[in-house]
Amino acid sequence: MSEALVTAVKDICQAHECDRTRMMDVVQAVNDKYGYVSSEAMDLIAEQLSTHRVEVESVVSFYAFLSSKPKGKVVIRLCNDVIDRLQGADRVGQAFVEELGINFGETTPDGQLTLETTPCIGQSDQAPAVAINDVIIPNVSSDKAREIVRELRQHMDPARLVKQHGDGNNAHPLVGSMVHNNIRKRGDLLFTPINRGEAVRKALAMSPVEVIRAVKTARLRGRGGAGFPAGMKWEFTRGAPGDRKFVLCNADEGEPGTFKDRVLLTELPDRVFAGITIAGYAIGAEEGIVYLRSEYRYLIAFLESVLEQRRKDGLLGRNILGKEGFNFDIRIQMGAGAYICGEETALISSCEGLRGDPKNRPPFPAQKGYLDCPSVVNNVETLCCVTKILELGPASFNEFGSDRSSGTKLLSISGDCKQPGVYEMPLGVTLREVLEQCGGADAAAVQVGGASGQMVGPKDYDRKICFDDLATGGALMVFGPDRNILKVAHAFMEFFVEESCGYCTPCRVGNRLLMDRLEKIMAGLAEPADLDYLKELGQTVKTCSRCGLGQTSPNPILTTLENFRPVYEAMVKEETQGFQATFDLAQAVAEAEKIAGRTSVHAHA
Amino acid sequence: MAKPKIATTSLAGCFGCHMSLLDIDERILALAEIVDFDKSPLDDIKTFTGRCAVGLIEGGCAHEENVEVLRDFRKHCDVLISVGDCAISGGIPAMRNMVPLQECLQEAYVDGPSVHNPAGVPPNDPDIPLMLDKVYPAHEVVKIDYHLPGCPPPADMLWEALVALLNNKPLDLPYELVKYD
Repeated sequence: MSEALVTAVKDICQAHECDRTRMMDVVQAVNDKYGYVSSEAMDLIAEQLSTHRVEVESVVSFYAFLSSKPKGKVVIRLCNDVIDRLQGADRVGQAFVEELGINFGETTPDGQLTLETTPCIGQSDQAPAVAINDVIIPNVSSDKAREIVRELRQHMDPARLVKQHGDGNNAHPLVGSMVHNNIRKRGDLLFTPINRGEAVRKALAMSPVEVIRAVKTARLRGRGGAGFPAGMKWEFTRGAPGDRKFVLCNADEGEPGTFKDRVLLTELPDRVFAGITIAGYAIGAEEGIVYLRSEYRYLIAFLESVLEQRRKDGLLGRNILGKEGFNFDIRIQMGAGAYICGEETALISSCEGLRGDPKNRPPFPAQKGYLDCPSVVNNVETLCCVTKILELGPASFNEFGSDRSSGTKLLSISGDCKQPGVYEMPLGVTLREVLEQCGGADAAAVQVGGASGQMVGPKDYDRKICFDDLATGGALMVFGPDRNILKVAHAFMEFFVEESCGYCTPCRVGNRLLMDRLEKIMAGLAEPADLDYLKELGQTVKTCSRCGLGQTSPNPILTTLENFRPVYEAMVKEETQGFQATFDLAQAVAEAEKIAGRTSVHAHA
Repeated sequence: MAKPKIATTSLAGCFGCHMSLLDIDERILALAEIVDFDKSPLDDIKTFTGRCAVGLIEGGCAHEENVEVLRDFRKHCDVLISVGDCAISGGIPAMRNMVPLQECLQEAYVDGPSVHNPAGVPPNDPDIPLMLDKVYPAHEVVKIDYHLPGCPPPADMLWEALVALLNNKPLDLPYELVKYD
């Protein structure tokens, strides 16, 4: 074991006060320094943090962006989300493979470059996109892919691949990214000019209970997708016994096809941080955490600078805006590439330095959350809405939206439409209106709510986007008439099979069985009874899974089965002899025929 | 009216499930009252003599002849039951599924520590059915109507299942008969 490694790991651990709940930061720092976390490093970390090695290893092995094996200095991660694939990610992938001379999952022999695929990196409106270390390159073509490799071979500096900055704060010196905001429609609530400090000042002029009442009066419901009333969540947390409480902002925007939080964090970070501060004041917390997905790490320097400015302005820190006794600060916790960490209890596990396993509920986070303290977990957009409610007053907020869904909703629109991007629309808008606005009126199908949402067809286009009808965290994936619905559903299932944490059997095994049966149908080997099987098994997985992942993962299959049944029916036929069409005797004996040097009498009869 | 017929077979199994069927003891006389046995190792009838009400399948499919027999059962039986863990999941024989076929044969017939095989090659008489690439559970080869788990399933379970089926009654197995821990 080298002295240098010992010293480096010690320094990293001590920088985090050898606190084992900061394991995520420790292993990420080691991973950044060496490109992987070696077996020796794991032993050292365990020793320094006074924990067991298995605790370290389980974290390293869980997260996609951490590795226990050496990787190249530069890791190229191609987004293989369904939208990216429809926009040519496979051709781009082929170009990378040819130019690098390696396959996906491999590193060049000189140890310089590693090629991988990764699920949705939150750039579906500028697909195909690729993440090169922390640098995002959107709109990649196969030619561009070759260029990237050639250039990297010369200087090995991903930052130099950025040729032209995106709009807005993407061009900020601390961001310096090629990503575009693509804000296509600014509504009257969120994408409005911000008067820094106004909302926090107004909140501090009220009592915490009055702040909660204002959020309740505005009828704010969670923007992450589930739509739980935010004021009620805050009230529970405020009422829960405990001296130490937390506000967690869920910026692990991992639902495929969703990217609106990325735009909020880029353009309106002050509104997000104000919302967190107000939540802290309301529930009686002094600490806030933003859980930021690894794919958005290019924003961290910028976000830290915004936090620093807020501290200077007295909007964070001790006695905020002169309010005696209200102390609050925010830290950013980086994720490391795990979809499941968008689930609030898994997010909490991850913040605690553990694998991103969901926890049993009850107890709910409002009673026992981060470090077993009462915690509120809110989506980025929800917290922006909070700030706006304080700025405008709850009554004005209420004027937007529909009956039981007040306010506006940011929609992340991608796929087969003329203008993909972010749209701020009043809740209650019909899907048809949205499709007309984005230039996707001829859509054959729309996946509402990302991979875990539902696939609807033209007969549902007059339904409303709101919590009581078509509920969504904001992702709308548009599919034109030429797209194969079954392939799309299959891509979603592949994603869930990969992202299941594996804790409970219905999700770990059930999703796999669903995908296998779907493949049988796509291969033309299925029977009508297989459709019933899908429906029954899908229901079982939904009912029996432990967390939101398995409770929603069968949706792509179940909703396509319901809304696009003829597509499935065209692929199945009754088998009259009672044999399984998937079993091919000739194929099963082929190996034995080769070994024995004779042909089967049965297989070729 | 003619008595309904039952057929049974042991594919890649150990005959333990058939032993368990014999363990219904004197009830086999009662069974003989209500059914006739067709193709089965119990009466040594080699080929089907006609349509059967029930076929009991022990074992999964390890070679081509297993597949032929199983398909023959499917053609002749109204109701097909996978009996025991080998039929249901491949069981012990399926342990070879992790090992390539060539290596399996080499170890079993040439390299194994207790093997005496001066020829030094695996047997390859044309009468020996060709092995499949892996062992398949019965329901991956043909459609199976019911599964009776166990290694072997208890005699009482087999008895209850047959009686229920032959009397057109729902099968209500007590918990004790289907728990294995």
